[in-house]
Amino acid sequence: MVLLLRIASTHIRNRMRQTVVSTLGVALGVGFSVAMASLMEGSQRDFMATLIDAIPHVEILDEQRSPAEQPASLVYDAVAYSGLRPKEDLRGIRNPVEALASLRDWVDGNMAQRLTGQAVLRYSGQDLGMTLIGVVPRSELAVSKIGKDMRSGSFRDLDVTSNGLVLGNKAATRLGAELGDTVTLTSANGVAKRFKIVGMFHTGVTSSDEGLAYAPLKAVQILLEKPDVINTIAIKLADIGLANDVAARAERQLGYKAVSWEEANEGLMEAFFVRNIIMYTVVGAILVVAGFGIFNIVSTIVHEKARDIAILKSLGFPEHDIQQIFVLEGLVIGVLGAIAGSILGFALSSYLATIRFEFTTDVEMTQLPIHFSSLHYVIACLLALFSSGIAGFIPARKAARLNPVDIIRGAT
Amino acid sequence: MSLASIPDPNSVLLETRNLTRILPAVVPVTLVEDVSFQVGQSEFIAITGPSGSGKSSLLYLLGLLDRPTRGRIFIDGLETENLSSTDLAQLRLQKIGFVFQFHFLLPEFTALDNVMIPMQKLGKLTSGEQRDRAEGLLSDLGLEDFLHRRPAQLSGGQRQRVAVARALANAPDLILADEPTGSLDSKATEQVFESLQKIVETQKTTIVAVTHDMDLAARMERRIHLVDGRIDYDRKQ
Repeated sequence: MVLLLRIASTHIRNRMRQTVVSTLGVALGVGFSVAMASLMEGSQRDFMATLIDAIPHVEILDEQRSPAEQPASLVYDAVAYSGLRPKEDLRGIRNPVEALASLRDWVDGNMAQRLTGQAVLRYSGQDLGMTLIGVVPRSELAVSKIGKDMRSGSFRDLDVTSNGLVLGNKAATRLGAELGDTVTLTSANGVAKRFKIVGMFHTGVTSSDEGLAYAPLKAVQILLEKPDVINTIAIKLADIGLANDVAARAERQLGYKAVSWEEANEGLMEAFFVRNIIMYTVVGAILVVAGFGIFNIVSTIVHEKARDIAILKSLGFPEHDIQQIFVLEGLVIGVLGAIAGSILGFALSSYLATIRFEFTTDVEMTQLPIHFSSLHYVIACLLALFSSGIAGFIPARKAARLNPVDIIRGAT
Repeated sequence: MSLASIPDPNSVLLETRNLTRILPAVVPVTLVEDVSFQVGQSEFIAITGPSGSGKSSLLYLLGLLDRPTRGRIFIDGLETENLSSTDLAQLRLQKIGFVFQFHFLLPEFTALDNVMIPMQKLGKLTSGEQRDRAEGLLSDLGLEDFLHRRPAQLSGGQRQRVAVARALANAPDLILADEPTGSLDSKATEQVFESLQKIVETQKTTIVAVTHDMDLAARMERRIHLVDGRIDYDRKQ
């Protein structure tokens, strides 16, 4: 093999310019593939991190997966009912303290109870529809990133201000309200209550910054007329990978619908999967194009070295040795291109990671999200070597089949 | 075939029986027809004949580079008909050395490398032994000062002597030479011929050489003359 490699490297060394061009072709393919994969996975991870950071890993809702059975159905096997209406019931998770206590026995993570409802916020003659979330501030801070999003005031002040309110800075700007101002919230049932602004947040998501507000749980229960009721238990797990299992067990245990972050974002996961397939297809296509460069140079060498092939065969080199020499030529170019491409890919990724964007829009991204992973290099290099091997194999097979007598006769 | 040309059966190195090679074409071309002869060890044989008489074609068949349409070839008693191309290559590597009209050296490699390549392929000697042997062979042929020159840096006679050294690299029993002096001037021709003669005498190697040069053929111990692909005569001289 050493001898064959030596002959192969001698051949490609003697066609330095073409070798460099072909190597560059592979290097550019590998380099851009790595940079593109780093950028795409970086953006995916960044998005996922933002998403997972912003939402609970498991959310237990005040609803069932299927409608509740009527009591008569539980007693009789075959009964026909006409004009039956479901029982009007106060919606919500009953006995939240008990429910939370039963979950704390086995769930490794933080939990927060919430009561969410709609209300109209009024200040200085202006009305703004809001989604109002009643929370236990300390618990909420443990399961959401609201603490990091605070721009003024303190979320913890909800603990010490029974009618405190934390709202988005855009909502405050629209109303002209400032920290310390008192605003009026009116529920759908017409109950009105005054709240004092103790903090403002900015999440970067307009719908939240304009339409979301937090208040102490008790105050919201009074406003919405739902005493001792919550409609969501949010769980932040220590191990995010257990989300599906925890959701399933919690649902069995409490009887309420429990949704993991994966289930909630199922469509998104599928979109990422499809995006990755598209990405690697494009990467493969780039490397196939690079493979044509290798095919070209190895074919040229086979054509030029026909006499050498005859010599080697006359010396006693079998067909498979001749084939290996030219496959090795393709692979040597592939290996050189893969090494150079990996360096180029790392340099490109590193450079992209330093580019900073100063957006003034709501979606904040200060730099390109790049994820460095050895897997990107391994996949790109393997694809490059596969492409090089095939590109070398086709002319190599032709070389191995050359009849030495025809070549010798042609030369003499 | 004269009795004088039949070697001792115990020392037969190469034997052909009814060897025929026909090129398939619209009108098939017969290159070699019904050729049978035996070659013993340490023989120096000339294959002569007019152009197109099938000399080179016969040599390629003997060197297992081409396959006969009919007939059989035995090398050292081994029948080659049913051997795979890989086995034939191995047999060539171990037992046969080639010298062509044009040196056919690998142009990117030095004279020393060219001689070492068959040894490296065979892999019987260590790299040090290969180097020593290659240097010895080239020195024996008067090329000790040209070991590290590439073919392009050598004269025609020097290249051909490197080709002879390469043919001897694996100490083959048989050297097949196709017009080895055909492209050389008279001085270089003499040098190469003397080299071949010395090999037969000192290394007991058999040489079968195709030549147009009747003076050289006359100096070889046996001549097989072909006409139209058939043996016209085969005699000791």
